[in-house]
Amino acid sequence: MISDDLLGNDAHWAFGTDFEDPLAGVDTTVPDGVDPASLARYCLMLGDDALVLSQRLSEWCSRAPDLEEDIALANVALDLLGQARLLLARAAAADPSVVPALPDDSPVPAEDALAFFRSPAEFRNVTMAELPNGDFAEAITRLLLLSTCRLAEFESMAAHPDAVLAAVAAKGRKELAYHRDFAARWFVTLARGTAESRRRVLDALDGLWAFWPELDAPAGVEVVLDQVFAAADVSRPEVAPARGLGRECVHTEALTDLLAEMQSVARAHPRGLW
Amino acid sequence: MTVTETELAEHFEATVARGDRIEPRDWMPEAYRKTLIRQIAQHAHSEIIGMQPEGNWISRAPSLRRKAILLAKVQDEAGHGLYLYSACETLGTARRELTEKLLSGKQKYSSIFNYPTPSYADVGTIGWLVDGAAICNQVPLCRTSFGPYGRAMIRICKEESFHQRQGYELLMTMMRGTEEQRAMVQESVDRFWWPALMMFGPPDDASPHTGQSMAWGIKRNTNDELRQKFVDMTVPQARALGVTLPDPELRWNSERRAHDFGEPDWDEFWAVVEGNGPCNAERLDRRRRAHEDGAWVRDAAVAFAEEGAR
Repeated sequence: MISDDLLGNDAHWAFGTDFEDPLAGVDTTVPDGVDPASLARYCLMLGDDALVLSQRLSEWCSRAPDLEEDIALANVALDLLGQARLLLARAAAADPSVVPALPDDSPVPAEDALAFFRSPAEFRNVTMAELPNGDFAEAITRLLLLSTCRLAEFESMAAHPDAVLAAVAAKGRKELAYHRDFAARWFVTLARGTAESRRRVLDALDGLWAFWPELDAPAGVEVVLDQVFAAADVSRPEVAPARGLGRECVHTEALTDLLAEMQSVARAHPRGLW
Repeated sequence: MTVTETELAEHFEATVARGDRIEPRDWMPEAYRKTLIRQIAQHAHSEIIGMQPEGNWISRAPSLRRKAILLAKVQDEAGHGLYLYSACETLGTARRELTEKLLSGKQKYSSIFNYPTPSYADVGTIGWLVDGAAICNQVPLCRTSFGPYGRAMIRICKEESFHQRQGYELLMTMMRGTEEQRAMVQESVDRFWWPALMMFGPPDDASPHTGQSMAWGIKRNTNDELRQKFVDMTVPQARALGVTLPDPELRWNSERRAHDFGEPDWDEFWAVVEGNGPCNAERLDRRRRAHEDGAWVRDAAVAFAEEGAR
Protein backbone atom coordinates (compact mmCIF):
# COMPACT_ATOMS: atom_id res chain seq x y z
CA MET A 1 0.00 0.00 0.00
CA ILE A 2 1.51 3.30 -1.04
CA SER A 3 0.16 5.13 2.00
CA ASP A 4 2.02 2.76 4.32
CA ASP A 5 5.25 3.50 2.51
CA LEU A 6 4.56 7.18 2.74
CA LEU A 7 4.05 7.02 6.46
CA GLY A 8 7.25 5.09 7.02
CA ASN A 9 10.61 6.69 7.48
CA ASP A 10 12.79 4.42 5.42
CA ALA A 11 16.43 4.98 4.67
CA HIS A 12 15.77 6.13 1.09
CA TRP A 13 14.16 9.27 2.40
CA ALA A 14 17.08 11.71 2.54
CA PHE A 15 15.17 14.35 4.46
CA GLY A 16 13.68 11.91 6.94
CA THR A 17 11.17 12.95 9.51
CA ASP A 18 13.77 12.70 12.27
CA PHE A 19 16.23 15.01 10.60
CA GLU A 20 15.66 17.97 12.87
CA ASP A 21 19.14 18.93 13.96
CA PRO A 22 21.88 19.25 11.33
CA LEU A 23 24.47 18.44 14.01
CA ALA A 24 22.57 15.39 15.32
CA GLY A 25 25.01 12.87 16.76
CA VAL A 26 27.97 15.28 16.64
CA ASP A 27 29.97 16.08 19.80
CA THR A 28 29.52 19.84 20.18
CA THR A 29 31.68 20.30 23.29
CA VAL A 30 33.79 23.43 22.83
CA PRO A 31 37.47 22.44 23.10
CA ASP A 32 39.72 23.89 25.82
CA GLY A 33 41.34 27.15 24.86
CA VAL A 34 38.44 28.20 22.57
CA ASP A 35 36.16 30.94 23.89
CA PRO A 36 32.56 29.78 23.29
CA ALA A 37 31.24 33.32 22.81
CA SER A 38 33.79 34.23 20.15
CA LEU A 39 33.34 30.85 18.48
CA ALA A 40 29.57 31.46 18.29
CA ARG A 41 30.13 34.97 16.95
CA TYR A 42 32.49 33.65 14.25
CA CYS A 43 29.95 30.97 13.27
CA LEU A 44 27.20 33.58 13.05
CA MET A 45 29.32 35.78 10.77
CA LEU A 46 29.97 32.94 8.34
CA GLY A 47 26.53 31.40 8.79
CA ASP A 48 24.71 34.67 8.13
CA ASP A 49 26.84 35.37 5.03
CA ALA A 50 25.79 31.98 3.68
CA LEU A 51 22.13 32.30 4.65
CA VAL A 52 21.65 35.77 3.21
CA LEU A 53 23.56 35.09 -0.02
CA SER A 54 21.66 31.82 -0.41
CA GLN A 55 18.40 33.74 -0.08
CA ARG A 56 19.48 36.20 -2.78
CA LEU A 57 20.64 33.42 -5.12
CA SER A 58 17.42 31.47 -4.68
CA GLU A 59 15.50 34.54 -5.92
CA TRP A 60 16.97 33.60 -9.32
CA CYS A 61 15.07 30.32 -9.31
CA SER A 62 12.90 30.15 -12.49
CA ARG A 63 14.36 33.49 -13.65
CA ALA A 64 17.89 32.62 -14.86
CA PRO A 65 19.05 33.21 -18.46
CA ASP A 66 18.87 29.49 -19.29
CA LEU A 67 17.98 26.20 -17.62
CA GLU A 68 21.62 25.26 -16.97
CA GLU A 69 22.21 28.50 -15.06
CA ASP A 70 18.94 28.14 -13.18
CA ILE A 71 20.10 24.75 -11.97
CA ALA A 72 23.63 25.94 -11.17
CA LEU A 73 22.49 28.97 -9.15
CA ALA A 74 20.02 26.83 -7.20
CA ASN A 75 22.85 24.40 -6.54
CA VAL A 76 25.07 27.14 -5.13
CA ALA A 77 22.17 28.43 -3.04
CA LEU A 78 21.59 24.91 -1.68
CA ASP A 79 25.25 24.43 -0.78
CA LEU A 80 25.28 27.76 1.06
CA LEU A 81 22.05 26.95 2.83
CA GLY A 82 23.61 23.69 4.01
CA GLN A 83 26.64 25.58 5.31
CA ALA A 84 24.38 28.11 7.03
CA ARG A 85 22.44 25.37 8.83
CA LEU A 86 25.59 23.77 10.19
CA LEU A 87 27.12 27.07 11.24
CA LEU A 88 23.98 28.41 12.93
CA ALA A 89 23.52 25.12 14.75
CA ARG A 90 27.18 25.25 15.79
CA ALA A 91 26.77 28.82 17.08
CA ALA A 92 23.73 27.80 19.13
CA ALA A 93 25.46 24.77 20.61
CA ALA A 94 28.62 26.72 21.48
CA ASP A 95 26.84 29.64 23.12
CA PRO A 96 23.09 29.17 23.68
CA SER A 97 22.78 32.83 24.72
CA VAL A 98 22.96 33.87 21.03
CA VAL A 99 19.64 32.08 20.31
CA PRO A 100 16.58 34.36 20.60
CA ALA A 101 14.39 33.50 23.59
CA LEU A 102 11.21 31.63 22.56
CA PRO A 103 8.57 30.15 24.88
CA ASP A 104 9.72 26.98 26.67
CA ASP A 105 7.33 24.77 24.71
CA SER A 106 8.30 26.28 21.36
CA PRO A 107 8.89 23.56 18.74
CA VAL A 108 11.34 25.78 16.81
CA PRO A 109 14.87 24.26 16.58
CA ALA A 110 17.87 26.49 17.32
CA GLU A 111 18.92 26.90 13.68
CA ASP A 112 15.43 28.19 12.84
CA ALA A 113 15.23 30.41 15.93
CA LEU A 114 18.44 32.07 14.71
CA ALA A 115 17.29 32.34 11.09
CA PHE A 116 13.67 33.35 11.63
CA PHE A 117 13.47 35.06 15.01
CA ARG A 118 16.42 37.43 15.03
CA SER A 119 15.98 41.06 13.98
CA PRO A 120 18.14 42.61 11.23
CA ALA A 121 20.27 44.30 13.94
CA GLU A 122 21.34 40.85 15.15
CA PHE A 123 22.67 39.61 11.80
CA ARG A 124 26.43 39.63 11.19
CA ASN A 125 26.62 39.14 7.42
CA VAL A 126 28.66 41.46 5.22
CA THR A 127 26.78 44.12 3.23
CA MET A 128 27.67 42.60 -0.14
CA ALA A 129 25.61 39.48 0.63
CA GLU A 130 22.42 41.42 1.33
CA LEU A 131 22.40 43.93 -1.58
CA PRO A 132 19.27 43.57 -3.73
CA ASN A 133 19.73 41.45 -6.83
CA GLY A 134 20.73 43.17 -10.06
CA ASP A 135 21.22 41.49 -13.43
CA PHE A 136 23.03 38.21 -14.13
CA ALA A 137 26.38 40.04 -14.40
CA GLU A 138 25.84 41.39 -10.91
CA ALA A 139 24.97 37.93 -9.55
CA ILE A 140 28.09 36.43 -11.12
CA THR A 141 30.40 39.21 -9.96
CA ARG A 142 29.03 39.12 -6.44
CA LEU A 143 29.42 35.35 -6.33
CA LEU A 144 32.98 35.61 -7.65
CA LEU A 145 34.02 38.09 -4.95
CA LEU A 146 32.23 36.39 -2.06
CA SER A 147 33.12 32.81 -2.95
CA THR A 148 36.80 33.65 -3.52
CA CYS A 149 36.99 35.19 -0.04
CA ARG A 150 34.93 32.47 1.59
CA LEU A 151 37.03 29.71 0.04
CA ALA A 152 40.20 31.25 1.50
CA GLU A 153 38.46 31.59 4.87
CA PHE A 154 37.36 27.94 4.81
CA GLU A 155 40.85 26.79 3.82
CA SER A 156 42.32 28.29 6.97
CA MET A 157 39.27 27.20 9.01
CA ALA A 158 40.00 23.57 8.12
CA ALA A 159 42.76 23.77 10.77
CA HIS A 160 40.47 25.29 13.42
CA PRO A 161 40.85 23.79 16.92
CA ASP A 162 37.07 23.26 17.02
CA ALA A 163 36.56 19.92 15.29
CA VAL A 164 32.99 20.78 14.23
CA LEU A 165 34.14 23.93 12.46
CA ALA A 166 37.07 22.10 10.89
CA ALA A 167 34.66 19.48 9.52
CA VAL A 168 32.31 22.17 8.16
CA ALA A 169 35.32 23.75 6.44
CA ALA A 170 36.54 20.46 4.97
CA LYS A 171 33.12 19.80 3.39
CA GLY A 172 32.53 23.41 2.34
CA ARG A 173 35.86 23.88 0.59
CA LYS A 174 34.89 21.59 -2.29
CA GLU A 175 31.56 23.35 -2.69
CA LEU A 176 33.14 26.81 -2.62
CA ALA A 177 35.81 25.87 -5.13
CA TYR A 178 32.99 24.93 -7.53
CA HIS A 179 31.13 28.18 -6.80
CA ARG A 180 34.24 30.24 -7.49
CA ASP A 181 35.05 28.37 -10.69
CA PHE A 182 31.48 28.68 -11.94
CA ALA A 183 31.49 32.43 -11.22
CA ALA A 184 34.97 32.95 -12.68
CA ARG A 185 34.05 31.16 -15.92
CA TRP A 186 30.98 33.29 -16.39
CA PHE A 187 32.84 36.46 -15.38
CA VAL A 188 35.40 35.86 -18.14
CA THR A 189 32.67 34.85 -20.62
CA LEU A 190 30.67 38.00 -19.99
CA ALA A 191 33.73 40.28 -19.97
CA ARG A 192 34.84 38.91 -23.34
CA GLY A 193 31.44 38.14 -24.85
CA THR A 194 29.63 41.08 -26.42
CA ALA A 195 29.97 44.84 -25.91
CA GLU A 196 26.78 44.76 -23.86
CA SER A 197 27.86 41.89 -21.60
CA ARG A 198 31.23 43.58 -21.02
CA ARG A 199 29.57 46.86 -20.13
CA ARG A 200 27.24 45.07 -17.70
CA VAL A 201 30.01 43.13 -15.97
CA LEU A 202 32.16 46.26 -15.60
CA ASP A 203 29.18 48.14 -14.14
CA ALA A 204 28.57 45.29 -11.71
CA LEU A 205 32.20 45.23 -10.62
CA ASP A 206 32.24 49.01 -10.11
CA GLY A 207 29.09 48.81 -8.00
CA LEU A 208 30.28 45.92 -5.83
CA TRP A 209 33.90 46.95 -5.41
CA ALA A 210 32.97 49.64 -2.88
CA PHE A 211 31.97 46.79 -0.54
CA TRP A 212 35.16 44.81 -1.14
CA PRO A 213 37.16 46.29 1.81
CA GLU A 214 34.45 45.14 4.21
CA LEU A 215 35.17 41.52 3.26
CA ASP A 216 38.63 41.93 4.79
CA ALA A 217 39.97 39.42 2.29
CA PRO A 218 42.42 36.83 3.67
CA ALA A 219 45.94 36.88 2.24
CA GLY A 220 46.22 35.41 -1.23
CA VAL A 221 42.68 36.22 -2.31
CA GLU A 222 43.67 39.23 -4.38
CA VAL A 223 46.23 37.15 -6.27
CA VAL A 224 43.46 34.74 -7.33
CA LEU A 225 41.15 37.59 -8.26
CA ASP A 226 43.86 39.29 -10.28
CA GLN A 227 44.23 36.11 -12.33
CA VAL A 228 40.52 36.10 -13.11
CA PHE A 229 40.60 39.82 -13.91
CA ALA A 230 43.59 39.29 -16.22
CA ALA A 231 41.80 36.48 -18.07
CA ALA A 232 38.80 38.77 -18.41
CA ASP A 233 40.96 41.74 -19.46
CA VAL A 234 39.52 43.79 -16.60
CA SER A 235 41.40 45.94 -14.09
CA ARG A 236 40.55 46.52 -10.47
CA PRO A 237 38.14 49.42 -10.21
CA GLU A 238 39.12 52.57 -8.40
CA VAL A 239 36.10 53.22 -6.27
CA ALA A 240 35.81 54.88 -2.85
CA PRO A 241 34.97 52.23 -0.23
CA ALA A 242 31.42 52.21 1.14
CA ARG A 243 30.79 52.24 4.87
CA GLY A 244 30.20 48.53 5.35
CA LEU A 245 29.61 47.53 8.95
CA GLY A 246 27.69 44.29 8.54
CA ARG A 247 29.95 42.43 10.95
CA GLU A 248 28.96 45.00 13.59
CA CYS A 249 25.28 44.31 12.81
CA VAL A 250 24.75 47.55 10.90
CA HIS A 251 22.80 46.86 7.73
CA THR A 252 21.09 48.42 4.73
CA GLU A 253 17.32 48.50 4.36
CA ALA A 254 17.71 45.66 1.86
CA LEU A 255 18.33 43.23 4.72
CA THR A 256 15.20 44.40 6.53
CA ASP A 257 13.14 43.63 3.44
CA LEU A 258 14.87 40.32 2.83
CA LEU A 259 14.25 39.15 6.39
CA ALA A 260 10.67 40.43 6.51
CA GLU A 261 9.90 38.17 3.58
CA MET A 262 12.01 35.21 4.70
CA GLN A 263 10.64 35.21 8.24
CA SER A 264 6.97 35.92 7.45
CA VAL A 265 5.52 32.39 7.58
CA ALA A 266 7.66 31.19 10.49
CA ARG A 267 6.64 34.23 12.56
CA ALA A 268 2.96 33.93 11.64
CA HIS A 269 2.99 30.42 13.17
CA PRO A 270 5.48 30.56 16.07
CA ARG A 271 4.10 27.28 17.43
CA GLY A 272 3.75 25.66 14.06
CA LEU A 273 5.32 22.32 13.19
CA TRP A 274 6.98 22.17 9.78
CA MET B 1 17.29 -2.56 -53.98
CA THR B 2 15.72 0.30 -52.05
CA VAL B 3 13.49 -0.22 -49.11
CA THR B 4 10.00 1.08 -49.74
CA GLU B 5 8.04 3.30 -47.40
CA THR B 6 5.59 0.45 -46.90
CA GLU B 7 8.35 -1.88 -45.74
CA LEU B 8 9.66 0.78 -43.35
CA ALA B 9 6.19 1.29 -41.97
CA GLU B 10 5.74 -2.46 -41.51
CA HIS B 11 9.06 -2.68 -39.66
CA PHE B 12 8.02 0.23 -37.43
CA GLU B 13 4.62 -1.29 -36.66
CA ALA B 14 6.24 -4.64 -35.87
CA THR B 15 8.76 -3.04 -33.50
CA VAL B 16 5.99 -1.23 -31.61
CA ALA B 17 3.82 -4.37 -31.55
CA ARG B 18 6.68 -6.39 -30.02
CA GLY B 19 6.95 -3.72 -27.30
CA ASP B 20 10.48 -2.78 -28.41
CA ARG B 21 11.73 0.79 -28.42
CA ILE B 22 11.90 3.10 -31.40
CA GLU B 23 15.23 4.97 -31.33
CA PRO B 24 16.00 8.42 -32.83
CA ARG B 25 17.79 7.02 -35.93
CA ASP B 26 14.96 4.60 -36.73
CA TRP B 27 12.46 5.40 -39.41
CA MET B 28 9.15 6.59 -37.96
CA PRO B 29 5.90 7.93 -39.44
CA GLU B 30 5.83 11.73 -39.58
CA ALA B 31 2.62 11.80 -37.53
CA TYR B 32 4.26 9.68 -34.80
CA ARG B 33 7.18 12.13 -34.67
CA LYS B 34 4.80 15.09 -34.49
CA THR B 35 2.68 13.54 -31.76
CA LEU B 36 5.76 12.76 -29.69
CA ILE B 37 7.17 16.26 -30.09
CA ARG B 38 3.82 17.70 -29.01
CA GLN B 39 3.56 15.43 -25.98
CA ILE B 40 7.19 15.63 -24.81
CA ALA B 41 7.33 19.39 -25.34
CA GLN B 42 4.13 19.88 -23.37
CA HIS B 43 5.62 17.80 -20.60
CA ALA B 44 8.91 19.74 -20.66
CA HIS B 45 7.06 23.07 -20.60
CA SER B 46 4.99 21.81 -17.65
CA GLU B 47 8.15 21.13 -15.67
CA ILE B 48 9.49 24.61 -16.40
CA ILE B 49 6.26 26.51 -15.72
CA GLY B 50 5.67 24.17 -12.78
CA MET B 51 8.71 25.68 -11.05
CA GLN B 52 6.76 28.87 -10.41
CA PRO B 53 3.80 28.01 -8.15
CA GLU B 54 6.02 26.31 -5.58
CA GLY B 55 9.11 28.38 -6.31
CA ASN B 56 7.16 31.39 -5.06
CA TRP B 57 7.50 29.95 -1.55
CA ILE B 58 11.25 29.30 -1.50
CA SER B 59 11.95 32.75 -0.07
CA ARG B 60 9.36 32.22 2.68
CA ALA B 61 9.76 28.55 3.62
CA PRO B 62 9.13 28.41 7.39
CA SER B 63 12.21 26.38 8.36
CA LEU B 64 15.69 25.99 6.88
CA ARG B 65 15.06 22.27 6.39
CA ARG B 66 11.88 23.01 4.39
CA LYS B 67 13.71 25.67 2.41
CA ALA B 68 16.39 23.14 1.41
CA ILE B 69 13.79 20.52 0.47
CA LEU B 70 11.77 22.98 -1.60
CA LEU B 71 14.72 24.54 -3.38
CA ALA B 72 16.05 21.08 -4.26
CA LYS B 73 12.64 20.06 -5.55
CA VAL B 74 12.20 23.08 -7.78
CA GLN B 75 15.73 22.54 -9.05
CA ASP B 76 14.79 18.94 -9.91
CA GLU B 77 11.93 20.28 -12.02
CA ALA B 78 14.37 22.37 -14.03
CA GLY B 79 16.41 19.18 -14.46
CA HIS B 80 13.35 17.28 -15.69
CA GLY B 81 12.73 20.06 -18.19
CA LEU B 82 16.29 19.64 -19.42
CA TYR B 83 16.03 15.86 -19.93
CA LEU B 84 12.73 16.24 -21.74
CA TYR B 85 13.93 19.04 -24.03
CA SER B 86 16.92 16.82 -24.79
CA ALA B 87 14.62 13.88 -25.61
CA CYS B 88 12.71 16.22 -27.92
CA GLU B 89 15.92 17.34 -29.60
CA THR B 90 16.55 13.73 -30.67
CA LEU B 91 13.38 14.13 -32.79
CA GLY B 92 14.93 17.07 -34.59
CA THR B 93 13.45 20.04 -32.76
CA ALA B 94 15.78 22.45 -30.95
CA ARG B 95 15.08 23.66 -27.41
CA ARG B 96 15.08 27.22 -28.73
CA GLU B 97 12.17 26.48 -31.10
CA LEU B 98 10.20 24.77 -28.33
CA THR B 99 10.77 27.71 -25.98
CA GLU B 100 9.47 30.07 -28.65
CA LYS B 101 6.36 27.95 -29.10
CA LEU B 102 5.75 27.96 -25.36
CA LEU B 103 6.15 31.72 -25.14
CA SER B 104 3.91 32.39 -28.13
CA GLY B 105 1.24 30.07 -26.72
CA LYS B 106 1.47 27.62 -29.66
CA GLN B 107 2.38 24.79 -27.29
CA LYS B 108 0.65 24.17 -23.97
CA TYR B 109 1.72 23.09 -20.52
CA SER B 110 -0.28 21.35 -17.81
CA SER B 111 -3.19 23.53 -16.71
CA ILE B 112 -2.65 22.65 -13.06
CA PHE B 113 0.11 25.24 -12.90
CA ASN B 114 -2.35 27.99 -13.74
CA TYR B 115 -3.83 27.69 -10.27
CA PRO B 116 -2.45 29.98 -7.53
CA THR B 117 -0.56 28.88 -4.40
CA PRO B 118 -1.73 31.29 -1.67
CA SER B 119 -0.65 29.14 1.30
CA TYR B 120 2.45 27.22 2.38
CA ALA B 121 0.29 24.11 2.68
CA ASP B 122 0.02 24.27 -1.12
CA VAL B 123 3.66 23.18 -1.31
CA GLY B 124 2.66 19.95 0.44
CA THR B 125 -0.57 19.53 -1.51
CA ILE B 126 1.18 19.97 -4.83
CA GLY B 127 3.67 17.30 -3.81
CA TRP B 128 0.99 14.92 -2.65
CA LEU B 129 -1.83 15.42 -5.19
CA VAL B 130 -0.24 17.10 -8.20
CA ASP B 131 2.96 15.06 -8.22
CA GLY B 132 0.87 12.03 -7.28
CA ALA B 133 -1.35 12.53 -10.32
CA ALA B 134 1.70 13.18 -12.47
CA ILE B 135 3.21 9.87 -11.32
CA CYS B 136 0.03 7.97 -12.24
CA ASN B 137 0.26 9.55 -15.69
CA GLN B 138 3.96 9.02 -16.06
CA VAL B 139 4.77 5.57 -14.70
CA PRO B 140 3.19 3.90 -17.77
CA LEU B 141 5.28 6.23 -19.95
CA CYS B 142 8.47 4.55 -18.71
CA ARG B 143 7.40 1.80 -21.17
CA THR B 144 6.50 4.21 -23.94
CA SER B 145 7.62 3.19 -27.43
CA PHE B 146 10.12 6.03 -28.02
CA GLY B 147 13.42 5.18 -26.30
CA PRO B 148 14.75 8.58 -25.18
CA TYR B 149 11.34 9.55 -23.77
CA GLY B 150 10.93 6.27 -21.87
CA ARG B 151 14.41 6.51 -20.37
CA ALA B 152 13.91 10.14 -19.33
CA MET B 153 10.63 9.12 -17.72
CA ILE B 154 12.28 6.41 -15.60
CA ARG B 155 14.54 8.96 -13.96
CA ILE B 156 11.77 11.55 -13.67
CA CYS B 157 9.37 9.10 -12.04
CA LYS B 158 11.91 8.18 -9.37
CA GLU B 159 12.39 11.83 -8.49
CA GLU B 160 8.66 12.56 -8.64
CA SER B 161 7.93 9.75 -6.18
CA PHE B 162 10.45 11.31 -3.85
CA HIS B 163 8.71 14.68 -4.21
CA GLN B 164 5.34 13.13 -3.54
CA ARG B 165 6.56 11.65 -0.29
CA GLN B 166 8.11 14.93 0.77
CA GLY B 167 4.85 16.75 0.07
CA TYR B 168 2.84 14.20 1.99
CA GLU B 169 5.32 14.34 4.85
CA LEU B 170 4.96 18.15 5.02
CA LEU B 171 1.17 17.81 5.25
CA MET B 172 1.49 15.05 7.88
CA THR B 173 3.76 17.28 9.96
CA MET B 174 1.42 20.26 9.62
CA MET B 175 -1.53 18.08 10.71
CA ARG B 176 0.37 17.34 13.92
CA GLY B 177 0.88 21.10 14.45
CA THR B 178 -1.61 23.80 15.38
CA GLU B 179 -5.34 24.02 14.67
CA GLU B 180 -4.55 26.81 12.21
CA GLN B 181 -2.12 24.60 10.33
CA ARG B 182 -4.66 21.77 10.08
CA ALA B 183 -7.15 24.25 8.62
CA MET B 184 -4.52 25.38 6.11
CA VAL B 185 -4.02 21.80 4.95
CA GLN B 186 -7.75 21.14 4.54
CA GLU B 187 -8.30 24.41 2.70
CA SER B 188 -5.46 23.65 0.32
CA VAL B 189 -6.70 20.10 -0.38
CA ASP B 190 -10.17 21.52 -1.07
CA ARG B 191 -8.72 23.86 -3.69
CA PHE B 192 -6.45 21.36 -5.41
CA TRP B 193 -8.61 18.21 -5.48
CA TRP B 194 -10.65 18.93 -8.59
CA PRO B 195 -7.82 20.52 -10.60
CA ALA B 196 -5.70 17.44 -9.74
CA LEU B 197 -8.41 15.15 -11.20
CA MET B 198 -8.43 17.29 -14.33
CA MET B 199 -4.71 16.60 -14.82
CA PHE B 200 -5.62 13.30 -16.48
CA GLY B 201 -7.21 15.21 -19.32
CA PRO B 202 -10.77 15.21 -20.67
CA PRO B 203 -12.99 12.12 -20.39
CA ASP B 204 -12.11 9.37 -22.88
CA ASP B 205 -15.01 10.21 -25.19
CA ALA B 206 -13.67 13.79 -25.53
CA SER B 207 -9.96 12.95 -25.91
CA PRO B 208 -9.15 13.15 -29.63
CA HIS B 209 -5.55 11.86 -29.52
CA THR B 210 -5.92 8.87 -27.18
CA GLY B 211 -6.75 6.13 -29.74
CA GLN B 212 -3.84 6.74 -32.10
CA SER B 213 -1.39 7.36 -29.23
CA MET B 214 -2.31 4.03 -27.66
CA ALA B 215 -1.93 2.20 -30.96
CA TRP B 216 1.57 3.65 -31.32
CA GLY B 217 2.54 2.70 -27.78
CA ILE B 218 3.09 6.35 -26.87
CA LYS B 219 0.25 6.25 -24.39
CA ARG B 220 -0.47 3.14 -22.33
CA ASN B 221 -3.75 3.86 -20.50
CA THR B 222 -6.76 6.04 -21.15
CA ASN B 223 -7.40 9.25 -19.20
CA ASP B 224 -10.35 7.76 -17.31
CA GLU B 225 -8.42 4.62 -16.32
CA LEU B 226 -5.63 6.69 -14.86
CA ARG B 227 -8.04 9.06 -13.09
CA GLN B 228 -9.72 6.08 -11.43
CA LYS B 229 -6.37 4.67 -10.34
CA PHE B 230 -5.43 8.01 -8.81
CA VAL B 231 -8.67 8.31 -6.86
CA ASP B 232 -8.36 4.76 -5.52
CA MET B 233 -4.79 5.42 -4.46
CA THR B 234 -5.48 8.79 -2.85
CA VAL B 235 -8.57 8.07 -0.75
CA PRO B 236 -6.74 5.95 1.89
CA GLN B 237 -3.91 8.48 1.96
CA ALA B 238 -6.40 11.26 2.71
CA ARG B 239 -7.88 9.19 5.50
CA ALA B 240 -4.43 8.57 7.03
CA LEU B 241 -3.73 12.27 6.79
CA GLY B 242 -7.01 13.23 8.43
CA VAL B 243 -8.43 15.41 5.66
CA THR B 244 -11.63 15.10 3.68
CA LEU B 245 -11.83 15.22 -0.11
CA PRO B 246 -14.39 17.76 -1.36
CA ASP B 247 -16.62 15.38 -3.32
CA PRO B 248 -20.02 14.38 -1.85
CA GLU B 249 -20.33 11.60 -4.45
CA LEU B 250 -17.07 9.94 -3.45
CA ARG B 251 -17.69 6.45 -2.06
CA TRP B 252 -16.41 2.87 -2.32
CA ASN B 253 -18.26 0.74 -4.84
CA SER B 254 -17.86 -2.87 -3.71
CA GLU B 255 -19.20 -4.28 -7.01
CA ARG B 256 -16.64 -2.41 -9.11
CA ARG B 257 -14.03 -2.69 -6.34
CA ALA B 258 -13.23 0.96 -7.02
CA HIS B 259 -14.39 4.37 -5.85
CA ASP B 260 -17.26 6.17 -7.49
CA PHE B 261 -16.64 9.89 -7.70
CA GLY B 262 -18.15 13.07 -9.06
CA GLU B 263 -17.55 14.73 -12.40
CA PRO B 264 -14.93 17.51 -12.53
CA ASP B 265 -16.17 20.82 -13.92
CA TRP B 266 -15.11 20.37 -17.55
CA ASP B 267 -16.15 23.91 -18.47
CA GLU B 268 -13.57 25.15 -16.00
CA PHE B 269 -11.03 22.71 -17.45
CA TRP B 270 -11.51 23.99 -21.00
CA ALA B 271 -11.49 27.62 -19.84
CA VAL B 272 -8.09 27.13 -18.19
CA VAL B 273 -6.74 25.22 -21.22
CA GLU B 274 -7.87 28.09 -23.44
CA GLY B 275 -5.84 30.51 -21.34
CA ASN B 276 -8.47 31.84 -18.97
CA GLY B 277 -7.35 30.26 -15.71
CA PRO B 278 -6.45 32.30 -12.64
CA CYS B 279 -2.69 32.52 -13.39
CA ASN B 280 -2.19 31.76 -17.11
CA ALA B 281 -1.03 35.26 -18.00
CA GLU B 282 1.17 35.59 -14.93
CA ARG B 283 2.98 32.29 -15.50
CA LEU B 284 3.74 32.99 -19.15
CA ASP B 285 4.75 36.58 -18.41
CA ARG B 286 7.31 35.45 -15.87
CA ARG B 287 8.77 32.93 -18.32
CA ARG B 288 8.81 35.46 -21.13
CA ARG B 289 10.52 38.06 -18.96
CA ALA B 290 13.18 35.61 -17.78
CA HIS B 291 13.80 34.60 -21.39
CA GLU B 292 14.06 38.20 -22.60
CA ASP B 293 16.19 39.31 -19.65
CA GLY B 294 18.58 36.43 -20.34
CA ALA B 295 18.97 37.10 -24.09
CA TRP B 296 22.12 39.21 -23.67
CA VAL B 297 23.71 36.45 -21.54
CA ARG B 298 23.02 33.77 -24.13
CA ASP B 299 24.37 36.09 -26.86
CA ALA B 300 27.52 36.68 -24.80
CA ALA B 301 28.07 32.94 -24.36
CA VAL B 302 27.78 32.39 -28.12
CA ALA B 303 30.12 35.31 -28.90
CA PHE B 304 32.67 34.03 -26.38
CA ALA B 305 32.54 30.49 -27.75
CA GLU B 306 33.03 31.84 -31.29
CA GLU B 307 35.99 33.92 -30.16
CA GLY B 308 37.54 30.79 -28.63
CA ALA B 309 36.96 28.81 -31.82
CA ARG B 310 38.81 31.34 -33.96
